[in-house]
Amino acid sequence: MKRVAPAVFAFLILVLGLEVIVQSGLVVDTLIPAPTQIVKTLLELHSDFQNALLETLRNTLAGLFLSIVIGNIIAFLFSLSDLLKRAILPFAVFFQTVPIIAIAPLLVIYFGFGSPTVIASSFIVSIFPIIANTLAGLESATPQQIDLFKIYQATRFQTLWKLKLPNAYPYILSGLKVAIGLSIIGSVAGEFVAGGGLGAMIDAARTQQRVDIVFVALLLLSLLGIILIGLLNLTNRLILLRRPFMTTSGDL
Amino acid sequence: MSEGFKGIKIDGLWKSFARREVIQDLHLKIDSGTFTAIVGPSGCGKSTLLRLMAGLESVTTGSLQNTFQNQTGFVFQEANLLSWKSVLENILLPFELLPRFNDISRTEARTQALQALEKVKLQDAADLFPHQLSGGMKMRVALARALVTKPRLLLLDEPFAALDEFTRTELQNQLRELWLKEKMTVVFVTHSLSEALYLAERVIMLKGPGAKIVLDQKLSLPVIRTEVLKTSEEFNSLLRQLSERLRQ
Repeated sequence: MKRVAPAVFAFLILVLGLEVIVQSGLVVDTLIPAPTQIVKTLLELHSDFQNALLETLRNTLAGLFLSIVIGNIIAFLFSLSDLLKRAILPFAVFFQTVPIIAIAPLLVIYFGFGSPTVIASSFIVSIFPIIANTLAGLESATPQQIDLFKIYQATRFQTLWKLKLPNAYPYILSGLKVAIGLSIIGSVAGEFVAGGGLGAMIDAARTQQRVDIVFVALLLLSLLGIILIGLLNLTNRLILLRRPFMTTSGDL
Repeated sequence: MSEGFKGIKIDGLWKSFARREVIQDLHLKIDSGTFTAIVGPSGCGKSTLLRLMAGLESVTTGSLQNTFQNQTGFVFQEANLLSWKSVLENILLPFELLPRFNDISRTEARTQALQALEKVKLQDAADLFPHQLSGGMKMRVALARALVTKPRLLLLDEPFAALDEFTRTELQNQLRELWLKEKMTVVFVTHSLSEALYLAERVIMLKGPGAKIVLDQKLSLPVIRTEVLKTSEEFNSLLRQLSERLRQ
């Protein structure tokens, strides 16, 4: 409680300050809505927001799941084959630098409107930190640890499974944390062009100058990120209770 | 190699990394059951020689014959424990990996691991994790892990260098006791002349460049050694001789 108290306090001050500023007319409510207005909009359109949030959540989780599975498989293959890593990794790095908003229209052409494009967008954005972090983790075993496994005549698979993978745990965790945030960004970017979810609601609200709807959607997206990261932290703590893969909690 | 020879025999060994020749034309024979210390200044090639004996490095030219292949234990400069495994699980690692233990049952492996822990007086720490251990305890676990497979050859690369004086002496005594009991072949690399004299029956001094053997001396110190030995005239006279040789 002591840890979160300063953040809660700062949030309350911000909300209160914003309410006063908007209500006193210092800032017009067509630019920034008053917090009470945001709550009112959420209650009025709660059914729309709920459906949109669930759709964004589903697409985000699907994109994240794919990037975790495929990203880790790619990282494993790279760690087993230096040739493969040198042949493909530069392209992955290059691909990572292309903004998702520029790729999204292409995805609509390939996958059509709706979930497939949104999932693809979420996947594309979140896979790179998974590959990069898992690979860095798999390569983080010390030469002495590798020597120890050589002394005991470990096969490459045994070295990967019993040394490199557990050693990579803190790196994989960091990759997941980054990927969670990015998968939400990817989903919203996909929804801008392919429709559906909170992204489409934001886009529609933009055309109607409804900043209150945009703010509610932003709050819900932030909440989504906090819940997913919180679940990851909780899972991490439960794992660390059984196995000290790292000696600190590693919470965000 | 002569018929029936047991130990390590090195003939005309050269080892180079890139263009740097770390070991040049080395000839050495280490008999089974002996305790040999290899001393020398930092960077003289003693750790490389130990790694060659362990098969962690390949010989550039010449020959190195180790009749204890696959029966070798190695203790590194650092304990090198796996942080996510308990003390007991760390000691069980060789059973998980070494192909010759594929047929051993879990119960048998566990019994042997507990026996190894007892040898290093750590039976109460079986369920602890490495971050809960002191430096000395970690090194004892590393020693137990090396001993659990009952190696015929035990190679140690400056294992006690990072420990405080008290813990170091305690571990030196334990190692010496274990050697007297098990009579495995021990090759101990250290930069401490005092440690080499206290532990070994034979001291080999290497000096760079090229890891030339500048001294190979069998020691006639008592078999049972205690700290009192370090204050004896005999011990200190030998220490002075070695020290002078090292400075030459």
